[in-house]
Amino acid sequence: MFAHLMDNLDLWRIGFANTLSLTVLSFVIGFIIAIPVGLARSRTGTWMSRITYGYVYIIRGTPLLVQIFLLYYGAGQFHKALSQLGLWWLFREAYYCGLFALILNTVAYQAEIVRGAVLAIPKSLEEAGASVSLSMLQIFRFIHLPIATARMLPALGNEFVLLLKASALVSVIAVTDVMGQARYLFSETLDLSVYYVAAINYLAIVLVAEAILRKLEARNIWLNPR
Amino acid sequence: MAHSDQKTPAKIIISISALNKWYGDLHVLRDIDLDVKKGERIVIAGPSGSGKSTLIRCINYLEKYQGGKIVVDGVELIDDRKIIENIRREVGMVFQSFNLFPHLTILENCTLGPIQGLDLPKEQAIEKAMHFLNKVNIPEQADKYPGQLSGGQQQRVAIARSLCMNPDVMLFDEPTSALDPEMVKEVLDIMVSLAKEGMTMLCVTHEMGFAKEVADRVIFMDEGQIMEQNNPVEFFTNPQHERTKEFLKQIFF
Repeated sequence: MFAHLMDNLDLWRIGFANTLSLTVLSFVIGFIIAIPVGLARSRTGTWMSRITYGYVYIIRGTPLLVQIFLLYYGAGQFHKALSQLGLWWLFREAYYCGLFALILNTVAYQAEIVRGAVLAIPKSLEEAGASVSLSMLQIFRFIHLPIATARMLPALGNEFVLLLKASALVSVIAVTDVMGQARYLFSETLDLSVYYVAAINYLAIVLVAEAILRKLEARNIWLNPR
Repeated sequence: MAHSDQKTPAKIIISISALNKWYGDLHVLRDIDLDVKKGERIVIAGPSGSGKSTLIRCINYLEKYQGGKIVVDGVELIDDRKIIENIRREVGMVFQSFNLFPHLTILENCTLGPIQGLDLPKEQAIEKAMHFLNKVNIPEQADKYPGQLSGGQQQRVAIARSLCMNPDVMLFDEPTSALDPEMVKEVLDIMVSLAKEGMTMLCVTHEMGFAKEVADRVIFMDEGQIMEQNNPVEFFTNPQHERTKEFLKQIFF
């Protein structure tokens, strides 16, 4: 039944590497971008907050699949302009298009997580920091950031798992991720068990991700003392 | 009284003149004039909403004000980052709800300000923090987190955290109001010993026993104004203003 597995180990290895790198890269880059976006979102009533809300609304309100198609096929229409900008290599490759779409997508969700965590920090801690002569930057770095990061961890872990599974969608633009390889092998062998192998690939990544998350959460003993 | 024996006229460390503050249309501080001498202990009392907390929060610029001026140790408090940070170094603050940093240990709570705000080397900051944690009788809790301590212990840590900045003046904003009754004394004891050591203190509090024991002056505020101020004996036995009499009656039943 699993004969196809041993025959195609290299193919699966590529698929696994692509899925893992797409997910980890988009998650990490997305997080870095989500910090300023989330902070802007939390300044209610400002133009920054409105613009970032517009972004979050559009991304969260449309299917990821639509976003991937628009990016991949839509980019072709701007072939000339993108070539002139020296960016065509990026949009020509399905992998980069997929990565780009996943980043755009996860930024919206992670920005909401950042915003929630920042808004949950009481103003009184800012005052306490100010009262021991910390500057606004020091208050952000030593008080807001560590507290918000600790409180965000469970939600971020959740987003990572969702993003991992959503990354399977990039197979429709011919990225050779786990799902892409599974689809290819199924069309070759018509053996449904290739999808079991695909599922196990995702489960393995989730298992490791959850172990890392538990380690990180355990470091914040202050959240659940004793 | 504890400190009627003034020899030379003490230096004025905080000078507030014609201070006015509004929240929108609400006039919360009206023409406040107040001079605080070095080493003086002032208790500020008054009904809630009278502006007493707002007044002391203006002194380290946690609140902005729209009129008048505040001079701390010869420097006028203006909306300038450097000046504000400097004044906050000299003026310590203890809050009603402690406001300890929940993600830092007790020791780190006390060293963050000195290391980041005063540029003190880490070892010195730790030494200093342990000194003041000893002083508030809590050195054995240094490695715990605020969430593991009782309210009284947390407030004592907050006092130590403030003292680590070597302030010239300490502001207390209802430091015992959020505490269970059995924990009030342990905090007041620390404040009394600070007072006895000559720390300049402004305390917003309803602890009239504390006022009687250590205050040089009791100020009564109502509706954003200083209605009456006097030494504690006069203040409690011979209040002048109708509002003061009413307030004292309510406090002592």
